[in-house]
Order: sequence, then structure tokens, then C-alpha cells
Amino acid sequence: MLRFLVQRLALAVPTLVIASMIIFTLQQLLPGDTATALSGEERDPEVIAFIRQKYHLDQPLPVRYALWAGGVLRGDLGESIRLQKPVLDLVVEKLPVTLELACLAMLVALVIGVPMGILSAVKRGTAADTLANGIALWGLSVPNFWLGILMILLFSVHLGWLPASGYVSPFESLSENLRSMAMPAFVLGNAIAAVMMRHTRAAMLGVLGSDYVRTARAKGVSPLRLVLRHALPNAAIPIITLGALEFGQLLSGAVLTEQVFSVPGFGKLMVDAVFNRDYATVQGVVICTATTYVLLNLAADLLAAFVNPKLRRA
Amino acid sequence: MSHVGSPRPGVIGAGTGLPPATGLAPATPPRAEPGPFRAFWNRLTARRSAIVGLVIVVALILMAVFADWIAPYDPIATDWGAIRSSPDWAHPFGTDEVGHDVLSRIVFGARASLGAGLTSVALAVALGLPFGLIAGYAGGILDMLIMRLTDALLAIPFLILAIALAAFLGPSLTNAMVAIGLSATSTFVRLTRAQVQAVAAEEFIEAARAVGNPPWRIALRHILPNIVPAILVQATLTIAAAIIAEASLSFLGLGQQPPEPSWGSMLNVAKNFLEQAPWMAIWPGASIFLAVLAFNLLGDGLRDALDPRQRT
Repeated sequence: MLRFLVQRLALAVPTLVIASMIIFTLQQLLPGDTATALSGEERDPEVIAFIRQKYHLDQPLPVRYALWAGGVLRGDLGESIRLQKPVLDLVVEKLPVTLELACLAMLVALVIGVPMGILSAVKRGTAADTLANGIALWGLSVPNFWLGILMILLFSVHLGWLPASGYVSPFESLSENLRSMAMPAFVLGNAIAAVMMRHTRAAMLGVLGSDYVRTARAKGVSPLRLVLRHALPNAAIPIITLGALEFGQLLSGAVLTEQVFSVPGFGKLMVDAVFNRDYATVQGVVICTATTYVLLNLAADLLAAFVNPKLRRA
Repeated sequence: MSHVGSPRPGVIGAGTGLPPATGLAPATPPRAEPGPFRAFWNRLTARRSAIVGLVIVVALILMAVFADWIAPYDPIATDWGAIRSSPDWAHPFGTDEVGHDVLSRIVFGARASLGAGLTSVALAVALGLPFGLIAGYAGGILDMLIMRLTDALLAIPFLILAIALAAFLGPSLTNAMVAIGLSATSTFVRLTRAQVQAVAAEEFIEAARAVGNPPWRIALRHILPNIVPAILVQATLTIAAAIIAEASLSFLGLGQQPPEPSWGSMLNVAKNFLEQAPWMAIWPGASIFLAVLAFNLLGDGLRDALDPRQRT
């Protein structure tokens, strides 16, 4: 297990280093003088001079990267030109909101996707299976920002049940917080639910066809017990690991969902930064996202290896 | 992900191409096999959902190509006498906040969506295929370098990378296409590499090498044709993702710039007028949904018709 852990870590580190190089190099895409472009709309000569010095823009690219990466490792993600705050502070401030949204969305996805996948595998080829597959296809094809708009139309404009926007911290009022997060979480979870349904269906079909399930059935185990006690635990392994991989999708989707419902999270921070030409913040958000994603993949791999010893030899 | 797609009960060993082991010669001579294209077409059209997808895709392409003839109005002409007017005979889908005819903008918006979907995926394939071929066939240090780079690109979620690229390149439809294409490239590098490695292990490749074919010839003449089906399936499904990505970038204001029409940017404006003009939000979203659904259906159908091993 320790060797496996070391191997996986040895793969994750270069991935992150190269990803950081790509993210750093994005700056080079800016048209014209980098310092002028980074200074944003104001073009204040003082700011430009500060940036030139802060990012060592008179140095060659590899030196600049090394200086920047050294800063990132020490937790210095740069300075938000617009908000006059360290990017790390902004990230730390916004991350919990997005994490809450992501966790609620994952909950929605699991609660809808897994039972639907089990049902469609057990009732394979029936109308229930067709219906579940149809719902999954809908979930995969509907753009989540449009689904958000439709839900606002129905539940906020028409029925007046839920707030269309505005975020309430759970420390202020948990019930208001959940009311404001209900629609965003559903919208974000919808697409993942479809993916989870497909994974669950495929995994369950594989397990249901295996010999030990047939033996259990022959011994007269009740159908419900057969599915829940005999088949599901084995089918759960791929569902867990593939579910963890969907987290990247969740972070992408959060950008749009937060925009539709004006949730002040990570995604909104990034989009606002894009429009304010606050490039340090954009880079900071992207590097935090990539790090989170790589660590989650690592955790998923380790979890899978923990549950299934055969994988440890890979 | 092969461990989830375990064989179904009853089909283990199916699709190996071996005749049933009866040991008897067929009593009647077998009917002439249809040609490979005909066989593929028959398999594709055997699925009703694939036909539905194909018909919608063709219809949308025709709509984009002949938009000038189909659209009742100029999509960027403003009519100050008809601002946010609800759907009626003159404007079946209503008008928007500056009096654009929504129907005409939907028709012309197909150009941005399909154009972005097709162009960005073409870019992703054009970049991903050669690198995947090199990584899979040459192996060694080149393979390692390409794969580390691909892993690093895959570590940044697709849309986040596309947004970051679009942010630094500047907002425009062309830059959105480039951003989406670059973000999707790593998928094709990975797929091509895996396919190449699978095909390169086959005996006919060893035979081709044994008779003295140079490596480039083996890669292009013997391996490439065998991996085209898998690439085609992935490309079709990626077009669906690229259409959503273009709509997302335009929705965020990073794609098609107003007043040029795009379904995503129409939704961006519409979300400010939900109470006064809900029709502005219904049709662009429905169009995105329909286009994405069609490419997903077609992609699933192609997978079943071209690559029986991956059948779901």
C-alpha cells in the first residue's frame, strides 16, 4: 500500500508542476505589453511599474516562472489588482460557498442517480429502464444554465416559492441558506445524476451477471436483499471512484450555476475576475481548481485501492 | 473504465467473429455479405434514436447553411416599435429587448453553435491525433512527455480551462473556438494513444513490420484506418460537449459578441428579463438542448454501429 501511495504521488507531482507551467504561460497570450495588460482598465503608470517589479517582467520567462512558482508554494498567489487583496484571501473566502454547493449537488446526484441506475439495471429492458435512460439523456443534454433559468421562471417568478438569487450564509440562518441553495444544487447535481445513473447501471449489470449473484439467487435470497446486500457493495467501488472523477465537472458547472443564481462562490470570483481583467485572480482560481482536482483523483485512486486490493499491484 | 463495462450475461464470447462450434458445414450457401459501409449504415439505422439524432443534426446544419433564406428578419436589425413583444403572427418567437426577432436570431444562432462545435472538435482532432499516434507508436521518452502534458491539461476542468484561455485571448467567437478546441485536445491524445497501443499489438501489424514496412507507413497505412471508428464516435460526442461549451462561454460573455446572434449570448440577455419576457429565455435554451441531444444520440448510435466492443 505504501509503495502504491508513493507511486501515485510521484505521478501527481509532475502533473501539477506542468499544469502550473501551462497556467503561468497563459499570461503570454495577452496582447501587447504584459504589464500594461495586467494592470487592467486604469493603466495607472504606478500600478504598471508595481506589476513589472512584482512579476519580474524584465526577467526571462523561466526565471519568472520559478519566482512565481516559489511564491505559489509559499501561498502567495499574487495580488488582485481590482480588489487590492491577496488572491489567496479571496480564494479562502469564496471556496467554502462553492464547496457547500458542490457537496449539496453531489448529494442530489447520488440520491437521484444511484437508485435510478439500480432500478434500470434490475429492470433491464423494461419501460422503467427506457424511462431512466431517457431521463439520463435529458440530464446530459440540458445546459445547466438554461435549466437554472427555467427553474427561476417556475419557482421564483411564477410560484414565488424560492428566491431567484442571493446567498445567505449557513451561520446566519441554516434554513434560509438551504432555501437559497436548493435550486443551484439541483441544477448542478442534475447532470452528475445522469452520469451516476449510467455508471451505476453499468456496474450493477456487471455484478448481477456474475456467478456469486446467481448462486445467491438459486439459494432463494429475496430479490431486494440480493440487490442491496449482495450486488450493491461490489458495484459501489466503481461508482465511488468514478463519482470522485466527476468533481471536475462539478467545478466547471459551478461557474455557470453561480452566475445564474448570483451565488458568491469560486466560479463567480473567476468570472468577475475575467471581466475585471484581474488576471492574477484568474490564475489563482485555476491553479487552486487544478490542485483540488488532482488531489481528489489521488484520493479516489487510494480509496479504490483500499477497497479492492487487486488494484494495488497496478 | 473497462472494469464497469463487464460482459453481460449470455454474451460472453459473442462478437469474436467465430462461427458457432457445431462442426457442421452450412447446408445452404450463406447470402452475400453487405459491403462494410452498407453494413455500418444498416447497424446505425437499426436504432431509432440514432435516426432521430441524425435527422435533427442534418436539419440544424441545413438551417445554419440556409439561414439567409429561412429567417424571416435580419437577425441584427433592431425594431424600436416592437420591443419585448410577446409571440404573435409577425414574430412567432417574440422579440428581445431591442426589438430583434427571436426566431431569426435562433436560425442564425445555429451558425455560431454548430460552427463552434465542428471547428473546435476539428482543431482538437487535428492536434490530438498526431500526438496520440506518436505517443502510442513511438513510445519511450516522447510518449512520456506527451502523456505528462496531457495529464496536466486534463487536471484543469474543461470549462475552467476554456474560460481561462478565452479570458487571456480576449472575448470573441473565434477565440472561444480555439479555447474549446485546445481544452478538448487532451481527450483525443489519450484516446488515440490507447487505440494505437491496442492495434499495434495485433498480429497483422507484426506481419507488416516483418515484411519491412517503415514505421511511418505502418502508423499511417495500417494503424490509422483501424482507429478511425473510435475517433469518429468520440468526435461526435465531443461536438455535443463543445456546443454546450460555446453556449456557456457566450452565456458568460466570452464567446460571440452582441449584436451577432448566438444561443448562449441570447440566454445571457434573457436572464435579465425573465419576468417581463420569458420567451426570450425559452427558445435559445431549447435550441441548445436539441442540438446537444441530437449529437449525443448520433454519437451513441455511431458507437453501437462502429465499435461493438463498447456497446452499452
